Amino acid sequence: MLSRVADSIYWLNRYIERAENVARFVEVNLNLLMDNPVGVAQQWEPLIAVTGDRDVFFQRYDRATAERVLDFLTFDQKSPNSILSCVRAARENARSVRETISSEMWEQVNAFYLQVEEAAQAKDSRDSYAFYSEVKMASHRFAGVMDATLSWNESWQFGQLGRMLERADKTARILDVKYFLLLPSAQEVGTPIDNLQWIALLKSASAYEMYRKTEQIISPAGVAKFLILDAQFPRSIKFCLKWAEDALRQIAGVSASSSPLSSQRALGRLRAELEYITLDEIFQGGLHQFLDDFQLRLNTVGDCIYADFIALPTEATEKTAGKASNRVASKAATNKAASKTTNKTTKEVAGSPIALGAQRQS
Amino acid sequence: MSFQDYDPGDFYDELFTARGVPRSTAALLIEKIESLSIDHLLRQQQAAQNTLFKLGVTFNVYGDNRGTERVFPFDVVPRIISSSDWQTLETGLKQRITALNCFLDDIYNEQKIVKDGIIPLATIESASGFLPPCKGLKPPKGIWCHITGTDLVRDREGTWYVLEDNLRCPSGVSYVLENRTVMKSSFPTLFNELDIKAVDDYPGQLLDALIELAPASANEPMVVLLSPGAFNSAYFEHSFLAQQMGITLVEGRDLVVDDGYVKMRTTKGLQTVDVIYRRIDDDFLDPTEFRADSMLGVPGLMEVFRQGKVAIANAPGTGVADDKLIYAYVPQMIRYYLNEEQIIPNVPTYFCEDEQQQSHVLSNLGSLVVKATDASGGYGMLIGTQSSKQEQNQFAEKIKSNPRGYIAQPTLCLSRMPTLIDESFQGRHVDLRPFIVNGQSHSPYVNPGGLTRVALREGSLVVNSSQGGGSKDTWVINA
Repeated sequence: MLSRVADSIYWLNRYIERAENVARFVEVNLNLLMDNPVGVAQQWEPLIAVTGDRDVFFQRYDRATAERVLDFLTFDQKSPNSILSCVRAARENARSVRETISSEMWEQVNAFYLQVEEAAQAKDSRDSYAFYSEVKMASHRFAGVMDATLSWNESWQFGQLGRMLERADKTARILDVKYFLLLPSAQEVGTPIDNLQWIALLKSASAYEMYRKTEQIISPAGVAKFLILDAQFPRSIKFCLKWAEDALRQIAGVSASSSPLSSQRALGRLRAELEYITLDEIFQGGLHQFLDDFQLRLNTVGDCIYADFIALPTEATEKTAGKASNRVASKAATNKAASKTTNKTTKEVAGSPIALGAQRQS
Repeated sequence: MSFQDYDPGDFYDELFTARGVPRSTAALLIEKIESLSIDHLLRQQQAAQNTLFKLGVTFNVYGDNRGTERVFPFDVVPRIISSSDWQTLETGLKQRITALNCFLDDIYNEQKIVKDGIIPLATIESASGFLPPCKGLKPPKGIWCHITGTDLVRDREGTWYVLEDNLRCPSGVSYVLENRTVMKSSFPTLFNELDIKAVDDYPGQLLDALIELAPASANEPMVVLLSPGAFNSAYFEHSFLAQQMGITLVEGRDLVVDDGYVKMRTTKGLQTVDVIYRRIDDDFLDPTEFRADSMLGVPGLMEVFRQGKVAIANAPGTGVADDKLIYAYVPQMIRYYLNEEQIIPNVPTYFCEDEQQQSHVLSNLGSLVVKATDASGGYGMLIGTQSSKQEQNQFAEKIKSNPRGYIAQPTLCLSRMPTLIDESFQGRHVDLRPFIVNGQSHSPYVNPGGLTRVALREGSLVVNSSQGGGSKDTWVINA
């Protein structure tokens, strides 16, 4: 299939998944705040730190208030990771590959887009739970429609790959929200408030019920284990990587050269480590450190996929005039382009206590 | 909903011969519509519109940043063409496209028509669509123009005329197909009772014509549709046609010239392309030969085409026939190449280049239509009867400073037909764009009917989507 088309389907799925997860971030925070005792300061800054938008945010605002952060993450057109921006980007990608995806998928993306645009116009859902639930459901509908109407061919595999990588990254970040929230009150570990916070976190990952069935007792270690290492829960990091690797294997196919592609090596290594690492080892190095490192390596996987399938270095581009090859390269990187700023952003904060894994948040 | 109050007025009406008297081909349709309540009809209209919006059957309006996508307004009252009328149109269109194809092959090669004094060389070379790099080209099977959309209108007497030719990359056929789908769900019983010619064959006919063009060496020809991309006003149509034919939609950035062939960049490396159905204008096809600033085309494409290693439909250079001065010579072309008389007449055209004709045009600007010879889409024209003195003066200056750039025609009183406006039927002017596919293995295929465009603004004669036009389904009925 065309590299450009593969790239668009990959990003279409990443953006839809990202919109869903931003809704989850917001929801977990709203939940946590409601359970906080009166008088405890509201924590909104961690949210923008977790989405990787800290610098963009503080270029415009001096302080993170509830209203500003909610708007920034929901309807702000200038914020690259707001739900509105993600859904718009998803639709633009879908529009450019309409002939490849199924009509039903297009209709679903279009309906999602119209729904969010309408809410943005009305501006009445900015602090409504219903809206964030709707976003999650629209994302689920899209995934379901794609699975049920698109042949599970190379297009589907690229979509699946994008969705699984994005979800793995965001589950890591949801866990990190808790880390940031705990920073000012580390002495509260194990208190009733702490437990409530873990429950809220599980709920935001739609993981509470499944967690109870598996682990039953709420504990930080249990939650971390479930969201990172559970083999069957569809939002756990391990689960996502398994399916991402599977999709990548289908895409790469049986190649003439027996050696795996760089993306297969990067993803395979990462998954194998998750397969064998123990919870104790994760906690020894620190949960945050683990998640941070994981996100960085996941970015590398994304870069390798881009290099292996999208930005094919070809004889042709070298042979033709420099002008032409520049043009091809620069245009094929449309989706990638905007990410540069975020990567730069995150590098700048590296070293501070809230350093984040550089993540392509285009 | 009754047509009792509908006044056909002093126009040729496509559905009525007089107030309350439907044409025989339209009688059943009128009867059916009259049996429906206004609410029902409005619901159908809304449902049709919603379906089109949900499908994303939209076009983009240039120079409009907010909400750049709009649905092409759809009117629920279909246009009816009798099969006897259609037979004449079909024959006339085939005749016209055959002559135009001869003309293109001639002027880029021997130029016999010039040597025999039928058309001045200067007229051809000054046409904006004439591309010198195409001289000497011999496209596969001698076909230059594979897909044509010809604009037809009717005057007050109901006589059909050819208004203009679109040989570069005519758009609108997707609306023909989608409008029909919508109408079938709105009036299923009528489709059972009337013998309406099907339009769905178009993608199949087009695909056949494209596959035929592939170089003999191609075993399983790779056919692609080359689009400028998602921001083009006709992008919906590009993706729709690609989907219907099951071919790959590519943009210029997906293609490279490598090792003497055009190839596309896939996840598995480069893959050879055999046939390109291009939906970008001639000028943009190859920056090394035409517009150097084109970001849409493929550097080196023309040379591969010359070598016969890729086919392009329509062939580069066909745009010369879209020039409105060249249009005026089509009757002569038909006589010259086919030794026949024109079946569907041209609209009489005044040449502003000719001193006598120019002075006639200048003193009658208030009653003529003036068109820029290189413009289309309803841009660059003056409708005398609806213009201000100031606009007329502006055009007079333009004509005097660039006589080659303008032609004038009498204002045709376009036919009208009932259209649902503000919950009542009102007469609105319409035109018709049939689509013709010119393959080698059989005579040209004319899709039955075509796109009926309607000027929704009262009294307006401009039907273009960018200028407030809408569309209707078009039924060719075997009576």
